[in-house]
Amino acid sequence: MKDTDKKRVLREMLFARRFEERCYEAYVERNIGGFLHLYPGEEACAFGVLEAAKPGHDYVITSYRDHVHAIKSGSDPKKVMAELFAKETGVSKGRGGSMHIFDVANRFMGGYALVGGPFPLAAGIAKGIQMQGGDEICICFLGDAANNQGTFHESLNMAKIWNLPVLYVCENNLYGIGTRIDRSTAVIDQYKRVSGYNIPSAQEDGQDFDLVYKAANKAIKHVRAGKGPYFLELMTYRYRGHSMSDSNAYRAKTEERMWSGRDPVIMLRDRLIESGALTLDEYKEMDTAILDEIEDEVIRYAAESPEPHMSEVEKFVLAENDPWVKGGVQ
Amino acid sequence: MADIMMWEAIMRAHDEEMANDPMVIAMGEDIGVVGGTYKATMGLYDKYGEQRVIDTPISENGYTGLGIGASFLGVRPIIEIMSVNFAWLAMDQIFNTAAKVRYMSGGQLQAPVVIRSPGGTAHQLGSQHSARMEKVFMGVAGLRVVTPSNPRQAYGLLKSAVRCNDPVFINEHELMYNMRGDVSEEEYFHPLEGSEVAREGKDVTLFGYNISVHWCLKAAGLLSKHHGIEAEVVDLFALSPLDREGIRNSVSKTHRAVIVEEAEPAVGVGAEVMAIINEECFFELDAAPVRVSALNVPIPYNHAMEKAALPDENDVVQAVRNMFGI
Repeated sequence: MKDTDKKRVLREMLFARRFEERCYEAYVERNIGGFLHLYPGEEACAFGVLEAAKPGHDYVITSYRDHVHAIKSGSDPKKVMAELFAKETGVSKGRGGSMHIFDVANRFMGGYALVGGPFPLAAGIAKGIQMQGGDEICICFLGDAANNQGTFHESLNMAKIWNLPVLYVCENNLYGIGTRIDRSTAVIDQYKRVSGYNIPSAQEDGQDFDLVYKAANKAIKHVRAGKGPYFLELMTYRYRGHSMSDSNAYRAKTEERMWSGRDPVIMLRDRLIESGALTLDEYKEMDTAILDEIEDEVIRYAAESPEPHMSEVEKFVLAENDPWVKGGVQ
Repeated sequence: MADIMMWEAIMRAHDEEMANDPMVIAMGEDIGVVGGTYKATMGLYDKYGEQRVIDTPISENGYTGLGIGASFLGVRPIIEIMSVNFAWLAMDQIFNTAAKVRYMSGGQLQAPVVIRSPGGTAHQLGSQHSARMEKVFMGVAGLRVVTPSNPRQAYGLLKSAVRCNDPVFINEHELMYNMRGDVSEEEYFHPLEGSEVAREGKDVTLFGYNISVHWCLKAAGLLSKHHGIEAEVVDLFALSPLDREGIRNSVSKTHRAVIVEEAEPAVGVGAEVMAIINEECFFELDAAPVRVSALNVPIPYNHAMEKAALPDENDVVQAVRNMFGI
């Protein structure tokens, strides 16, 4: 990848970081309600994988920690923030919220709140791709703790026997809500669990964009070539608690400091400075411009957008005027 | 008209819909090579191949979720869950995804899946193979629930369910696959909403669905013959949404209502129909509505106990006699 592309990615990753940090503030200000799960610390995972994929062409599906994956898939950050503000202009028209970002036009197939729920949905999307005969793949991002759900095993098994074009990306942030992985999971290295399904898998440093990008390229090449599913485990860390209601008291400060010393944005930044493609002043200017954009455009759009009409609270439950409900046109 | 069995009607609907649309697929345990536990997909594997007639692993939540995910891309899966008791395992995907995805995506996604499954109590299958779960499915917004009482409905309901853009749960019955009935030789699409008057009457309405329609019809015959009571039988083939207008019309005519369900009484079809009667036509009533239900027990293995746990036409007759004080 060229340095100019890496600079673009750095800007996107920094934008994602600032977007999420601004969500935190908006939550404290009570402009965002419900549950809010933030992504800072894990950015290299989504950006490394999706940079190697074809966002908007490939299908992406994930859990409730979904804002950044949607934005990298092509969603307008203004509309993502408007969704968090529960507005009609939000990607899901204010009906979904933080955990249910959907942007089907960009093939972002949603955020789902049941841990492990997207595993079979991703396999099903891959089945749809297979039936249509296109070269798309489905990429499913989930955390390590989801692998303790039955759907993990059921879906890997089906994806393999039916040779489905699905890439499962495990963002292993070492905690399932507040329980550390070694206290909940018999096998710490998640990629090893996949060998039971005869699916190729790999583990990579999820903090290093370049390494994630390289590993994802290999994985995506395999899936797109029609060779069936692949499982990529990325070792990463979330800076905040599981959600805003998580005090994050269960983690040692030394551990947190160790991981923040390997920040994915800073690592990429420093690498670009080292190669001479970026200066620290440029980076600071970039950061300032991002903060301004988020405040002046993103937050403003979300704040000024209208709420949904209460007369439409029963809309979208069932299909409207579906002729087959009446037995079709006879 | 062709006089065929319920399984043949269901198989014919599959066949026609799969021939009509290459995106229609069938999936479930033993539905392909074997042709289905109840033969409902017999012959389809040879005709349409393993890509479209899919023998799944025994992973109910997994393959139901897979069908739902495929439906996001325009695939029309007909998912057979071999026994409704196993559908408990797929509730996560049915309720959390299929029923909610249209709403929580602001109308961007839909899950047009059909989930067919036999419920009901057969013969001595024991507690874990005798569940009646229609009431569970009925209670969730975003899901349609229909339940055929004869081959014509089984055929036409499946045809419409495949084409409808909503997720549809079809509650079949283990004991009814060999039931015979007339099905039009011409293509037929049954409405997914409404009810049917299976027998006209003026003195009392017996509301039934699926197998209990047949208990109601037998009871109506006995009531007419022995007691001079002419019962109307209303077939609630659509359980969600229930036909408020049909319920109101019949009760407004007969002024008496008995709801007959194979399931336990709590939070069931009977309770729901009674609530609708209260809301729609309470002042039409000449007597308090009554429900005839199963006992509130897991179904026993012992055959006599099993029969004792379930209602039949005699219980319906008794309920009507009690209502009339005869």
